[in-house]
Amino acid sequence: MTTAAETIAVRPRESVSTRIVGFLGRSPLHIALVVLAGLWLVPTVGLLVTSFRPRPDIASSGWWTAFAQTDFTLKNYDLVLNANQMSSSFLNSALIAFPSTFLPLFIGALAAYAFSWIRFPFRDTIFLSIVALMVVPVQSAFVPILVEFQDLGEFLTGTKTAITGWYFGIWIAHTVFALPFCIFLLRNFFITLPRDLIEAARVDGASNWKIFRSIVVPLSVPALASFGIFQFLWVWNDLLTALVFIQESDQWPMTIRISQLLSTYGVEFHLLSAGAFILMAVPLAVFFALQRYFVQGLLAGSVK
Amino acid sequence: MSSGTVAPGSNVQEPPPGRRLAALREGGLQAIPFLAPAVVFVIFGLIVPVIWTVALSVNRTRGLNFGTEWIGLDNYQRLLTRDSRFLDRDEFPWSGALVNNIRWLIVYPVLCLFLGLVTAVLATRVRYEAAFKAIIFVPMAISATAVGVIWLLVYSPDADIGVVNALIGTVGGDPVSWLGRTDTANYAIIVAYVWASTGFVMVVLSAALKGISQEVIEAARTDGATEWDIFRRVQLPLLSLPIAVVAVWMIINVIKVFDVVYIMTKGGPGGATRVIAYSYYVETFENGLGGYGAAVAVVMLVLIIPVMIWQIRRFRSEAVVS
Repeated sequence: MTTAAETIAVRPRESVSTRIVGFLGRSPLHIALVVLAGLWLVPTVGLLVTSFRPRPDIASSGWWTAFAQTDFTLKNYDLVLNANQMSSSFLNSALIAFPSTFLPLFIGALAAYAFSWIRFPFRDTIFLSIVALMVVPVQSAFVPILVEFQDLGEFLTGTKTAITGWYFGIWIAHTVFALPFCIFLLRNFFITLPRDLIEAARVDGASNWKIFRSIVVPLSVPALASFGIFQFLWVWNDLLTALVFIQESDQWPMTIRISQLLSTYGVEFHLLSAGAFILMAVPLAVFFALQRYFVQGLLAGSVK
Repeated sequence: MSSGTVAPGSNVQEPPPGRRLAALREGGLQAIPFLAPAVVFVIFGLIVPVIWTVALSVNRTRGLNFGTEWIGLDNYQRLLTRDSRFLDRDEFPWSGALVNNIRWLIVYPVLCLFLGLVTAVLATRVRYEAAFKAIIFVPMAISATAVGVIWLLVYSPDADIGVVNALIGTVGGDPVSWLGRTDTANYAIIVAYVWASTGFVMVVLSAALKGISQEVIEAARTDGATEWDIFRRVQLPLLSLPIAVVAVWMIINVIKVFDVVYIMTKGGPGGATRVIAYSYYVETFENGLGGYGAAVAVVMLVLIIPVMIWQIRRFRSEAVVS
């Protein structure tokens, strides 16, 4: 993304008056952009303001009147975090998201290495088949995976809920659904690494594992970060997979907790707004801190 | 082995014919530890389950498990002819989840593309481009769950809570229950999702616009082309591939859309906002009809197959180019 600073730098210096005339001449453009930006900001700002307003105020006057009253409170956050267990759900979201990011990252990177730097029979056919699986709707795998988990749980421990009763199930499910895209993205990056470097390491007798660990992975940090951030936010923001694979209410991530607030209390905006902002906090922080990787990951993920 | 997709970074220089097989076998042995975990996950997590789902859809099931009786296409027949919540052809216009999803398929991509194109083209002309794009793009980072909550507030039927009805109130109109009326609810959710997705379309198209050589545009300008001519005759034709890419992304989004519907309306009122993925969820996990839900999942799969083929074609042709 070209920054504004670069654009200014290449432009020849203009006198102040020309710039003012130019700015005014283009005022329809600026108005259009300001209106669009306003349209995009209003819904989120409305929710943010609402989350800091006392409950009676929310029901009696619009959030846009709140700036005149300045009667803000943190009570909604206190209520939703403590009385409504949003704090434990926050922890659950993290407990689900981290392994669901690192597991596919590790397994996918290994496979992507094989697809880019080891020659074996049917390599391209297998790779293309995996690419094809990228868009398979998760719905067409849910029930069989659940039954597999129950059977495996019974086989390993004697109880059907051994896997589905804890976070194992959702970690594995997210890993499975992420792998095709992860392999695709990383393989496309790995094959751009300098061939000479890897050949030289091989001549020196380095094993594939050694090459993977000490050359490919360190040189691929941008791609690994892009996938990692994309996948982390995907899982953090996910509702559907959690609805299917998290069966105990004390393991609910924040997305389920919010949907549960809705069905328990109805549309109570003092709870919903604070809850939604706690859910949004992490993605927003990631977005502003790591915008470049995030956009790259999303662009690459346009196929998922 | 398919031609053209061989990675440029293959490790083995073309070996003499006699040794090629041996080299491949050697490579196969070395690849196993790297590939095995991924292959096990993909086979047991995707390939077997998809086949299993197809099989479930043609069997009588008990809950989520297999029954013993083959019922052929009964589930599909019921889905397409006797399930008014999935497809109701009794009166015109047709209704049901499939029809709602088709409305999505038309309205959502058109709005996203239009707004994405407008924002991309306008943003490149000002100095605060980065800030503007960030504002449009931020909703992409947010969970669909939060998007749903945000727009529940926007659409609130109470003019003292919802900003849309407050605006209608200032011009003297009566508040509208956007999510409570069968004729507006589906479109209201689509608009919320357009708000969340436009940023992505904008970023892709904006990157493509910047790839267009400035000289071409300047040349057109010296030839007396207006800004509109430049957009229509120079930039737009060069955007056809990126537009195709985002179109595919949006189609996949539409076929899979679920979370935002689940949060905002749970498919209501009266099934007016049900979509295919929502039908799947209800039939499978709320009604416990594994086989019937599987049939819905297969419908989703069938809808996505053209996208799958398009993608493999694109991927192979790109690999040939590079």
